[in-house]
Amino acid sequence: MANLFETIYTLWLREILRFVKSKSRVIGSGGQPLIWLAIIGVGFGSAFTFASGQHVSYITFMAPGIIGMTILFASIFTGVNIIWDRQFGFMKEILVSPVPRLGIVLGKIAGSTTVSLLAGLVVLAIVVIAGVIPLGMLSIIGIAIALLFMIVISSIFVAIGVIIASTVSSIEAYNVIINFLVLPVFFLSGALFPLSNAPLWMKALAATDPLLYGVDGLRGSLIGIHNSPIYLDFVAVLAIAVFFIAIADIAFRKIQSK
Amino acid sequence: MRNLVKRFGKFTALDGISFEVKEGEIFGLLGPNGAGKTTTISILSTTINLTSGHASIYNRDVVKSKDDARKLIGIVFQDPSLDEELTGRENLDFHARLYGIKGNDKREAIDRVLKLVELEDKADKQVKTYSGGMKRRLEIARGFMHKPKVLFLDEPTIGLDPQTRRKIWEYIVKLNKKEKLTILLTTHYMEEADAICSRIAIIDHGRIIRLDTAEKLKDSLGGDVIKIGTGNPKRLMAILKKCKLFGSIKEFNNGLEITTNNGSHAIPKIIELAKDAGIDVAYTTLNRPTLEDVFISLTGNAIREESASSADQLKANQEARDTRGKPI
Ligand SMILES: Nc1ncnc2c1ncn2[C@@H]1O[C@H](COP(=O)(O)OP(=O)(O)OP(=O)(O)O)[C@@H](O)[C@H]1O
Ligand SMILES: [Mg+2]
Repeated sequence: MANLFETIYTLWLREILRFVKSKSRVIGSGGQPLIWLAIIGVGFGSAFTFASGQHVSYITFMAPGIIGMTILFASIFTGVNIIWDRQFGFMKEILVSPVPRLGIVLGKIAGSTTVSLLAGLVVLAIVVIAGVIPLGMLSIIGIAIALLFMIVISSIFVAIGVIIASTVSSIEAYNVIINFLVLPVFFLSGALFPLSNAPLWMKALAATDPLLYGVDGLRGSLIGIHNSPIYLDFVAVLAIAVFFIAIADIAFRKIQSK
Repeated sequence: MRNLVKRFGKFTALDGISFEVKEGEIFGLLGPNGAGKTTTISILSTTINLTSGHASIYNRDVVKSKDDARKLIGIVFQDPSLDEELTGRENLDFHARLYGIKGNDKREAIDRVLKLVELEDKADKQVKTYSGGMKRRLEIARGFMHKPKVLFLDEPTIGLDPQTRRKIWEYIVKLNKKEKLTILLTTHYMEEADAICSRIAIIDHGRIIRLDTAEKLKDSLGGDVIKIGTGNPKRLMAILKKCKLFGSIKEFNNGLEITTNNGSHAIPKIIELAKDAGIDVAYTTLNRPTLEDVFISLTGNAIREESASSADQLKANQEARDTRGKPI
């Protein structure tokens, strides 16, 4: 057991070290969502009257969604690291060592989750400083709950990245799959628009989107707007996270028996 | 290991390999490209599964008790396996953690191996700034820093200059002597195998075709080759043939080529015989067969088509098996 935690820590530490050495990654993953927020938030906000009967402006409504988006993008691309490790041979160094395989997967997920979480926090800080989310709306508890949501959402998409990276071996193939996944996941999550008036088929499809519950939870905890009770959102993301991490563990074990 | 078989799909990479490496031995695995050396090491080091057969390290089965086997081994892979973003020290630190070396022990172990491969100055630079030889030395340092019982070295000196190569032989022999480390190494440098291996297995097409000490392998070619320059080769040949002390004798332009055991003792004798018969000798040369000669004579001259399709390889395998008969 001690061995498991040490392995997780060791793998986590490496991700963090690597991250510190390439700071541009966090700027990259936080920059894009901010551009979305500025252009779509301001553009749509001025073109349409926001018709969901909420008491906030469109850009404020969208801000928690953009935090969710930041985490989605930052997390799901971290799987590339696994492919790099395989191509650069470092994966062999890890796999030949006498550590529990579960520890390797969990350590990878923990490290990448931490890194994506940082990107999410940077965007959160910026939207608060810029006044997009007024300080008056925030509470300590709200921020703490949002943080929990961010961690769990991030681990879901990191785990999905691990699953894909364990199944394909080229970066190109990985990117094709991710790009195919990422936009529907984003648009169906309710990050940009409320789904309350959407047709039934879209609602049904959206119900399978892990990010839907994450964005709802983030919005509830940060600006007090949500469709389902926050604790239910949390149970949902947690269950989804456990599910994908379990699959990631299975997929990762397949790597070595090639 | 016994009867190791590994198939990649239909292609048989290892076709029933059996050998035993003794404790404290430096065992060499030689063979042409694609012979199955790396595959053998991968199986022994638990990184790939075997198709059939059995292999164990200190009685730990590499399939059934992977983790126990992993604890006993250190490995330097044929292909690079460092994290280039991290520094040398960070790479070693990561390794130490994976092998449960902590605190003071860890610091000591890192310093000890850095010193041995003379990388102390560069330890805190990112690995991507290292030269190929420095990376290789770091990998070797990493391979034995956790004091394994068995060390696998897959072409440890590939791409290194002669000085560095010799240095690395020195480390290897030192480790073997001082720490009683058992070493299994592959190489394409014959003089390397000759210099440091206590026994050598030559494998080809996934089978062991010869296993012996370097000396015995070289002797198996029939011994030393002496060349004698003389104006009258025919007569000298007749004289030498008559006394039946020597192996095969061939004539060439103004000279004889004699294959015999213990060539350095044979030369004075030949000169004496020639003198008695009044034949003058212009020069003599003595060539001991090298391991390379043995290697070529056992594995043939053909270049291995690395890109050959599996079907071709399979056919080649089949033919080799048919013509060669049963290997030991
Ligand atoms: N993952 C793989 N899938 C399919 N075939 C493989 C795989 N790995 C190795 N082989 C094949 O198995 C054979 C043995 O390969 P191996 O790497 O063991 O050779 P080697 O003796 O180490 O050669 P070299 O001296 O070139 O390193 C080769 O014909 C190779 O093409
Ligand atoms: Mg090889």
